[in-house]
Amino acid sequence: MTTEQNWQTICHKNDLVKHSGICALLENEEQIAIFQLNETTAYSVSNWDPIGQANVLSRGIIGDSQGELFVASPLYKQRFSLNTGRCLDDESITIKSYQVRIVEDKVQVSLI
Amino acid sequence: MSAQKSTLSRKQRIVVVGNGMVGHHFVEQLVQEDPNRDQYDITVLSAESRLAYDRVHLSEYFSGKTADDLALTTPQTYLDWQVKFHLDAKVTLIDKLKKSVRTLSGEVFEYDKLVLATGSFPFVPPIPGKEREHCLVYRTIDDLDAIQTSANNGKVGVVVGGGLLGLEAANALKELGLKTHVVEFAPQLMGVQLDQSGGQLLRKKIEDLGVTVHTEKATKVIVDGEDCVHRMEFADGTHLETDLILFSAGIRPYDNLARDFELTVGERGGIVVNNECQTSDENIYAIGECALWNNFIYGLVAPGYAMAKVAASDIIGGDKKFTGADMSTKLKLMGVEVGSIGDAHVKTPGAQCFTYQNGRDDIYKKIVVSQDGKTLLGAVLVGDTSEYDSLLQYALNGIELPENPDGLILPSSGEKPTLGVDALPDTATICSCLNVTKGDIVTAIDAGATDVGAVKSCTKATSGCGGCAALVKTVTDAELEKRGVEVSTDICEHFAYSRTELFHIIKAESIRNFETLLEKHGSGLGCEICKPAAGSILASVWNDYILQADHLPLQDTNDTYLGNMQKDGTYSIVPRMPGGEVTPDKLIVIGEVAKEYNLYTKVTGGQRIDLFGARIDQLPDIWEKLIAAGMETGHAYGKSLRTVKSCVGSTWCRYGVQDSMTMAIFLENRYKGLRSPHKIKFAVSGCTRECAEAQSKDIGVIATENGWNLYVSGNGGMKPRHGDLFATDLDDETLVKYIDRYLMFYVRTGDRLQRTSVWLESLEGGLKYLQKVVIDDHLGVNAELEASMQAVIDTYQCEWKTTIEDPAQLKRFRQFVNSQEIDKNIEFVTERAQIRPARGIEKKYKGIQIQTVDVTEHQTEQQNERETETA
Repeated sequence: MTTEQNWQTICHKNDLVKHSGICALLENEEQIAIFQLNETTAYSVSNWDPIGQANVLSRGIIGDSQGELFVASPLYKQRFSLNTGRCLDDESITIKSYQVRIVEDKVQVSLI
Repeated sequence: MSAQKSTLSRKQRIVVVGNGMVGHHFVEQLVQEDPNRDQYDITVLSAESRLAYDRVHLSEYFSGKTADDLALTTPQTYLDWQVKFHLDAKVTLIDKLKKSVRTLSGEVFEYDKLVLATGSFPFVPPIPGKEREHCLVYRTIDDLDAIQTSANNGKVGVVVGGGLLGLEAANALKELGLKTHVVEFAPQLMGVQLDQSGGQLLRKKIEDLGVTVHTEKATKVIVDGEDCVHRMEFADGTHLETDLILFSAGIRPYDNLARDFELTVGERGGIVVNNECQTSDENIYAIGECALWNNFIYGLVAPGYAMAKVAASDIIGGDKKFTGADMSTKLKLMGVEVGSIGDAHVKTPGAQCFTYQNGRDDIYKKIVVSQDGKTLLGAVLVGDTSEYDSLLQYALNGIELPENPDGLILPSSGEKPTLGVDALPDTATICSCLNVTKGDIVTAIDAGATDVGAVKSCTKATSGCGGCAALVKTVTDAELEKRGVEVSTDICEHFAYSRTELFHIIKAESIRNFETLLEKHGSGLGCEICKPAAGSILASVWNDYILQADHLPLQDTNDTYLGNMQKDGTYSIVPRMPGGEVTPDKLIVIGEVAKEYNLYTKVTGGQRIDLFGARIDQLPDIWEKLIAAGMETGHAYGKSLRTVKSCVGSTWCRYGVQDSMTMAIFLENRYKGLRSPHKIKFAVSGCTRECAEAQSKDIGVIATENGWNLYVSGNGGMKPRHGDLFATDLDDETLVKYIDRYLMFYVRTGDRLQRTSVWLESLEGGLKYLQKVVIDDHLGVNAELEASMQAVIDTYQCEWKTTIEDPAQLKRFRQFVNSQEIDKNIEFVTERAQIRPARGIEKKYKGIQIQTVDVTEHQTEQQNERETETA
């Protein structure tokens, strides 16, 4: 599915905040949250919290539950999987997730 | 009767006469059984001018509670329940044939079932002069108002009757500031519940509190006094002068309706009822203090509640029976703990007694044990009722006593035999007010309740007097454990430790960051529970800059951006304003900043100013301006010291006795920046008028003529709690020392997100233990607590100042890492000349990610119409 031309460069690696999130604006006006786990790994989901109805997920705390990585919304604390966007506290809700890679100090996001 | 119910095509009409505690409880029961209100049509007729209120705590009316505080329900609640009610509607006629009742005003109500919950009235002995002015009774809120009026014009008050109610009434007179006497006909106080020794000790303790007790006094006549309004002349020739007389010499059932309309009444009064609480007419029930069951009137609320349940059950076709009730009591009379269980007077043949008497601490305990020494028959406790709950369980459930039963009441000389909850049978009553048994709790757990909160909301246990809270928790935890549900104190899945344990680990091993803590003692990556908790502990211990790289990811969003996130993702800003004091220059700067950034401005409950609606990218600029004007962060975002509220005190106020402003500002500056399990609020009042409302704060300081009174663990908010008086007449230095120790002890031992109120209530040993720790250095940790506090104070920094001076930090304060745009979802509209967040339908921006339907003009109008209708 993913081919080279889908990758969009977002920012420099140093713009990320380790173990925490930042927010970026895609060309199609979607807001995404990017979380840095370590030197080489980052995750991205939509910045829109569908429960709190605000663009805030990049400001949530990240963690893991039974091995599943998540971000907890800073508004009402619902947790969203960083891998799939699935809400761990409400099965009926899933947010969009994106592929991210760190290549030559650049942070890139794939638009599927 | 159940057959009748099923064939009824219209709603059954239930008329309830009387809206006291029991009458109201009956209504509650029925509403609960029929939540949709499609089976029963309930009408309440009350002779009083207000709906049900708490008569058990009536004397608190004089210690500051209002009629509203005492209310058990509101007209709105009854409306919501679709329960019709009529106040000032005294019933004067029952027509059993037509099945209707008529009120004084002539209104007629038809019933299918009639419930008499008319209660009782105070018995006034036939003493000549009893009808004089300022001779009153103590039963209703109207009585209290009359007492208050009389007390305003007098100095001395007498209560006739030294029983439970009489002593409650004496407490009320004392609260009103009267010189109070209790006059009792019998040789001792509380003769029904206590034995002679217990009665004697109670008398001593009450007299120590300034109430004069006269026993073996029969009042002959009441005449004009010389120094006071009345003179009471006693049969033994003595006399007593007083301005106010309260009769509280027992109750008599309100059974006149039954007498007048030919329902069977007892020889000495009371409407005779069977085990279903039916009177001699099967369609008429009687419950509470007007009912006579097995030739006995129950003058306590718990048996009344039990009757209400039985009557409700019978009406809906259930099979509950009333089979008598336990009359054991535990109460606090003017602060004196008193308990009485079962056969207090050793009437059972062959029974043996064990007593414990402690003259130094004024404690008396007695247990009455069966001849074979196996079962507990009764107990009397005065001065210390801590063993009441377990003794009651032994007595009610016939649990076999340990070999040496006296161990149950002796002070812990070694291991005290404790009653395991597993020993309790399912029929054991855990909450006697609401009659919740252990079996009910087990059923609730089987039905899916997985914690104490769920059990409480399911069974209503603890919602009466609340005295059973600890027992409910123990039973629930034990049952959960039995089912393999681990009752874990682990903070989360990443650490098998409680917050307190983590605190000690961090301190003992000098751990400085989360990574080390996780590596050495945890697993996984951490989560939104353990990260902020660890961040808070690290801050309490080391007080580093909380946004330094290894602490930043631990903080909740409010701390990460040093502001309070609002529902739309914007932040609010609160500059510190110690004691609520602010100069005009600073006010002007705040006003200018608010104007420049178009911020919604509001004064907070903690006497400072909150500026709302700042976007993340605006925060550093705003703070640069505030800091330049000499302000600093108010930590409104942190689990930390918030504000020290204050009145102006003796500097300005005519009544102030100490300089509360200076003290408030000093305290706020001393503890600002202290991170703790939850937020902490202080207040300092300059006199006992208490304008700063210090008793509702975690730390409350109230000026006295001689120094400061310290109150601790008060709370407003969700579950208000009056602070406990911790120490009195302290000088400045001692006050600060105690606060240092108290706060640090809380910071160390409090659970995550546990306010000081809940912390104190869950602290084993409660207030007394805390006083021992803080005042007497019981644990020998005070020097260390003070040193820890000093370290925090010495390392204080304004987090906003540090942040705006650090370019790396400032980089985080932007909406997008790759664009200068702002979040288009943040939109404001104007209301009362200021901004507020736009609501869904008011928003113009519809980004791709917002999955909402387009709002057309037409829909907006419809929406508006709907909103108007519901408004």
